[in-house]
Amino acid sequence: MSTTTYGWLVLAFPLLGTLVTAFGYRYLPGRSAGWIGTAAIFLAFLAALGALISLQGHAPGSRQIVSSLWNYASTMGIDAQMSILVDPLSVFMILVVSGVSTLIHLYSISYMDKDRGFVRYFSYLNFFVFSMLLLVLAGNFLLLIVGWAFVGAASYLLISFWYRRTTATKAGIKAFVINVLGDAGLVLGTYFIFKHTGTLDFLKTFHAVESTAHPAFGHATNNGDLVAGCILLLVGAFAKSAQIPLHTWLPDAMEGPTPVSSLIHAATMVTAGVYLIARMHPLFERAPAAQDVGAVVGAATLLIAGTIGLAQTDIKRVIAYSTMSQIGYMIMGVSVGAYAAGLFHLMTHAFFKALLFMAAGSLIGAMGGEQSLEKMGGFRKAMPFTYACFIVGGLALSGIPPFSGFFSKDEILLVTGERGGWHWILYVAGYIGAFFTAIYTFRMIFRAFHGEPVSEARELEGGHLHHAAIPRNPATGEEEDTDVGFPGPNHAIAERALPMRIAMGLLALGAVGAGLIQIPKVDFVIDDFLRPSFATAKGYEPHTKTGLLVIGLTLGTLIGLAGIALAYRIWIVGGEELKASTAIRERTRPLYELFVNKWYFDELIDALVVKPMAAAGAFARDTFERVFVDETLVGGTTGIVRAGSAAVRAAQSGFVRYYAALLVLGVAGVGFYFLLQT
Amino acid sequence: MSISWYLAVSAIVFSLGALGVMTRRNPLVVLLCLELMLNGGNLALIAFSRMWGNGDGQILAIVVMTVAACEVCIGLGMIVAIYRRNLPIDVDELRELQG
Repeated sequence: MSTTTYGWLVLAFPLLGTLVTAFGYRYLPGRSAGWIGTAAIFLAFLAALGALISLQGHAPGSRQIVSSLWNYASTMGIDAQMSILVDPLSVFMILVVSGVSTLIHLYSISYMDKDRGFVRYFSYLNFFVFSMLLLVLAGNFLLLIVGWAFVGAASYLLISFWYRRTTATKAGIKAFVINVLGDAGLVLGTYFIFKHTGTLDFLKTFHAVESTAHPAFGHATNNGDLVAGCILLLVGAFAKSAQIPLHTWLPDAMEGPTPVSSLIHAATMVTAGVYLIARMHPLFERAPAAQDVGAVVGAATLLIAGTIGLAQTDIKRVIAYSTMSQIGYMIMGVSVGAYAAGLFHLMTHAFFKALLFMAAGSLIGAMGGEQSLEKMGGFRKAMPFTYACFIVGGLALSGIPPFSGFFSKDEILLVTGERGGWHWILYVAGYIGAFFTAIYTFRMIFRAFHGEPVSEARELEGGHLHHAAIPRNPATGEEEDTDVGFPGPNHAIAERALPMRIAMGLLALGAVGAGLIQIPKVDFVIDDFLRPSFATAKGYEPHTKTGLLVIGLTLGTLIGLAGIALAYRIWIVGGEELKASTAIRERTRPLYELFVNKWYFDELIDALVVKPMAAAGAFARDTFERVFVDETLVGGTTGIVRAGSAAVRAAQSGFVRYYAALLVLGVAGVGFYFLLQT
Repeated sequence: MSISWYLAVSAIVFSLGALGVMTRRNPLVVLLCLELMLNGGNLALIAFSRMWGNGDGQILAIVVMTVAACEVCIGLGMIVAIYRRNLPIDVDELRELQG
């Protein structure tokens, strides 16, 4: 089979899985929908492997292959095709997406086992994977936008999966609205670029931009339209990847089931922005101003999200802020030209962050649905497997060698440092962020697994899984039903469910070993593999200064260890009743308030956007809508019609002779008229 | 004789009929008055036919008579139906069809 056939198969399997589970939900017995969904994604993963092998068979210069099924429209200079682009970058993305998705589907079979929306869940999840694969395989802007919007819709459906929880539906709406803002940015950015290049196809666009004779945006960099287009693309990337100030939906999206958080809000969808910047690198390289915006926003996000993560108590939200922070690294990386490093971090992050979410899901299961760190403690003995996974994920996240996060994160910072100049600020910010990362990660681990076991942990040690007598919404404490549309009262933990253990075990292997794929100065698997996609990128070849490399790796390790040590000092040594952390909190009250209130971003957006919009809406409703439209236009028309019909109705007296008299008078009148005329 | 005389008689008969339709309340008499109006018209048609010396007007008069016969059939049928349902035989009383 040709390379692109594999590409189409990658799209076909998840779509088929979606359709089978969506339309066959009445006829699928038991938990078969889960296995069908998992198999569909696994087949997509196999097809992605096929694409990888087949692609490596081509010469490096011809590893960008476009395949088009048909034309949507080819008039007026628009070349809208149903085309996919199979190149190292997209194959890299489909491998990560389908691989992690397979494991998360497997995990979900156990995790969602008792949920009454089981089939619906797998249908949505398959649809999400299809959309994500469409996004990364798209060969032109049109299909990219379609995939982009589908992913947002799938995310909405899955965040609001427990649709009877008002908190979940509100979070879904918030995520959807912010994502649509990003979609608008993407579409407008495409217009700016299309206006000059006259083509929607990626490769033709890049050729037009890079042409030496007649470049579409002129020979100089920072063409106004190009910068505008790139910044609009960045708006799309920021909204999808939860970067400041469009990040507020991501923590709220934790209302969805935990595997969803793991798949969509950690491993795949939120990395779409990173993919977009990497894919559009020929444009961004000619618009350094837009690149700088991306780098600064990425750095700001990684710092701010890190500080918020220090103060949150909801375990899923801590991991969500950690995700934001890590994606900040990736966005910063691909914006400063560290494409391979950014994508490498995307891959390792997908492994360890999915693993952390899965472990958190297991922990939440053991707590009977409770998510607050305040109520957890001492699960180390009761859940050894989950604990081990959490430790592996935590070490990878903190960047401790030889775990995967160590190599990928330091490579991003290395390239950032090499750029010199003001990029040193970003370099320092990255290491400060790494320090926060280590602290909040191990704060989570120490609070949940160490210390005095809570009653749920004791129960589990005695062999009994705790189930809350009355299921409650962890966000509001409201009592919940156990009907469809709510999470049921039964929970699953990895220690007791084989599929969950397999999924977490494989991801843990990835989190440990994936970093070894590319070790600076030793091997360059990712660099070499991705090179054909970045053939024209400036500074793609690593020309690492050994001194900086050694400093960076040492610094990264030391900072990670220092963070862990500090967390150990505060939450283990200063353990009893959280004395140390309470003391610190009291001493830094204003900072703590700032962090725990998430830097007041929600309030700021509320005051700047939501409130004025609501006020404008209320004003329009009260004055324009009610007075002008309702009373003047609509009321006026009905008034005229009503008055006219009242007059006509009065003539309908029912007296036959009255009608006859009118008739005679009328005919006589007409007769007189003609008589007078002549 | 000038055609004016015929037309005058025709007009008088027509006007009498019209007055009858407008002033009488008994539906039977209203129907009779309608017949008068139609026949006033017929008279004028025949007079014109005579004036032009061809048969067009006479044919039209026969058509009018046919229509009149149909109309009387329906009218009388309605009056019988009204009578059978014990409703008042008075056009002013039968005025449910109003706005």
